[in-house]
Amino acid sequence: MTLMKKLLGAAATLAISATGALADPALVFDLGGKFDRSFNEAAFNGAERWAEETGGSYREIELQSDAQREQALRRLAEAGSNPIVMAGFAFGSTLEVVAPDYPDTTFVIIDSVVDQPNVQSIIFQEHEGSYLVGMLAGMASESGTVGFIGGMDIPLISRFACGYAQGVVAANPDATVIANMTGTTPSAWNDPVRGGELTRSQISQGADVVYAAAGGTGIGVLQTAADEGILSIGVDSNQNGMHPGQVLTSMMKRVDVAVYNSFTAADAIEPGLLVLGLAEEGVGYALDENNAELVTAEMIAAVDAARAQIIAGEIAVHNFTEDGTCPVTMQ
Amino acid sequence: MDFLGILQILDSTVRLATPLLLACLAGLYSERAGIFDIGLEGKMLAAAFFSAAIAYTTGSVWLGLLAGIAASVMLSLLHGLASITYRGNQLISGVAINFLAAGVTVVVAQTWFSIGGRTPALTGGARFYEITLPGAEALSGVPVLGPIYAELISGHSILVYVALAIVPLTWWVLFRTRFGLRLRAVGENPAAVDTAGVSVVGMRYAAVVICGVLCGLAGAYLATGLSAGFVKDMSAGRGFIALAALIFAKWRPWYALYACLLFGFLDAAGSRFQNIETSAMLVVILLGAVAAGLVWAGRKSRLDMAVMGGIAALLIGVIALVLGGVGLTGTATIPVQFMQALPYILTVVILAGFVGKAIPPRAGGEPYVKER
Repeated sequence: MTLMKKLLGAAATLAISATGALADPALVFDLGGKFDRSFNEAAFNGAERWAEETGGSYREIELQSDAQREQALRRLAEAGSNPIVMAGFAFGSTLEVVAPDYPDTTFVIIDSVVDQPNVQSIIFQEHEGSYLVGMLAGMASESGTVGFIGGMDIPLISRFACGYAQGVVAANPDATVIANMTGTTPSAWNDPVRGGELTRSQISQGADVVYAAAGGTGIGVLQTAADEGILSIGVDSNQNGMHPGQVLTSMMKRVDVAVYNSFTAADAIEPGLLVLGLAEEGVGYALDENNAELVTAEMIAAVDAARAQIIAGEIAVHNFTEDGTCPVTMQ
Repeated sequence: MDFLGILQILDSTVRLATPLLLACLAGLYSERAGIFDIGLEGKMLAAAFFSAAIAYTTGSVWLGLLAGIAASVMLSLLHGLASITYRGNQLISGVAINFLAAGVTVVVAQTWFSIGGRTPALTGGARFYEITLPGAEALSGVPVLGPIYAELISGHSILVYVALAIVPLTWWVLFRTRFGLRLRAVGENPAAVDTAGVSVVGMRYAAVVICGVLCGLAGAYLATGLSAGFVKDMSAGRGFIALAALIFAKWRPWYALYACLLFGFLDAAGSRFQNIETSAMLVVILLGAVAAGLVWAGRKSRLDMAVMGGIAALLIGVIALVLGGVGLTGTATIPVQFMQALPYILTVVILAGFVGKAIPPRAGGEPYVKER
């Protein structure tokens, strides 16, 4: 009897400690890799900040192919991770299928909307942030032609492009915006050579500021822009330091804050839609010592005024994903 | 589209075709000797990484180039060991090399530089820069010829000129030297070469090593010439396009040059023209011409006819959609996805209908067994 008690007690302790240890949060990175200097890296930084501040640990999976999405989510859910945060629009359809199977696990998806009772969807107002960097581009451009290089022709990237174009035109009504997309396969997010060629092609059409929203491909865009002596604009993370003095600014998308908040809130995450825009400091533009000389006080004043007006609702930046059209024509 | 714009597209064509050309010639040597090599992609990737990594640590792009070539040759020898010495399946060995390179480059990069499977950006002497040929400045004032010389011929990295020089060299080696004759014979009829007292194994190893050197050049050009540093998976399928170009070129050096330039041109045009708006009439005429061409090309065999007819029917469907949508006088937009898919569509069309029969070296893919 005593032996039985001891055994049961040991089993119970084990079970308790096991659940305690397994309630770690988890993070799934999208294709493009954890250190893309951009979107995924921002997510990683948020998770690292959480780990540093709380001393906790988290699980992570870096995808190698599209086929692993479902497998990764199920593995984490079955291992007891909670909440599970995934960075990337492409998880949408997979999560739609997986979430109902694990009702006790909370999922957080960034950049896509999944309508399930245990899913929180976080959407950034990229068009608002892009509008601000577009204004900076419009003011910094001397030729009156600016470029945009996206990864794939998908609604999310078109939202970046459209917000940017609106900002450019707001700062310089006569400006021309050239928009190009890198490709149609996942390698479009990891092809710096093609990014460089697209940049050269835009330069030959007169562009002197180029905004890249294309993951790892953007590294090639920023490099070529620096080589050819024109300005570039980074995306997602602060990329100003990659070529100091030659990157005009970066459109900051605070994926790190979103991941950090989700990890911190843990059980208190409210399922539903969470929209992070300028007002919530979810998007913005980067200003540091690397681009201090490029951005004048007037430019900052103009952009900050626009920022306040957007928050107050006086300027409405059109969101491409709402109706699939853009009020500004791009070439 | 003005003259300068066309020149810039051609300029971009040369840059984009160079890695394809080097990889294609690499495959040419290997496959002419009877060793199929679908590991071109992996070798390029490994070379890209090691050239960038060593160029960054030593500050010398030439040391980087050597390291890239060495890495690529190591993988080639591995392929040789598996498929020549141990007579394994050449396709499987090639696939394994692709996987190996994709994984090893990222892991080693992370261990060495800890910035997540990339190398730091290369600067100064760690990169190949565009060189200006003598007289480019002076001649640039001459109409037509001046800009062609200054923009198109001058102003490329040294590796571009090396790649172009390798084309006649390859032709000469393969078709005008004893070594070349033996190399081709080993790919066609190794038993005959063996009977003549020449080592089949030795010839085949020589071929895969040359293949490794050329892939090394291609990878180094990607990482240190076209861009400044290595990024995960940066070869982005170029090794496979080079293989398609090799078949398209029927395993011949000059045709390989033309095929690679064509693929480079389509790539460059796809980057330059996205979302073209043009009159619907032009689109209809163009698509109709292509459909007619396909049917004509497929007239000789029933199977070709089925494939070509299918594609032609698809095109006619698109014509019907355009006509129904905007009519003959409206404007139609050619979507960016179509422009980006164009190189691949043309690969299918060209391979299926226009090159005629592409016959690979007869002993290709078969390990040589001395005694039967």
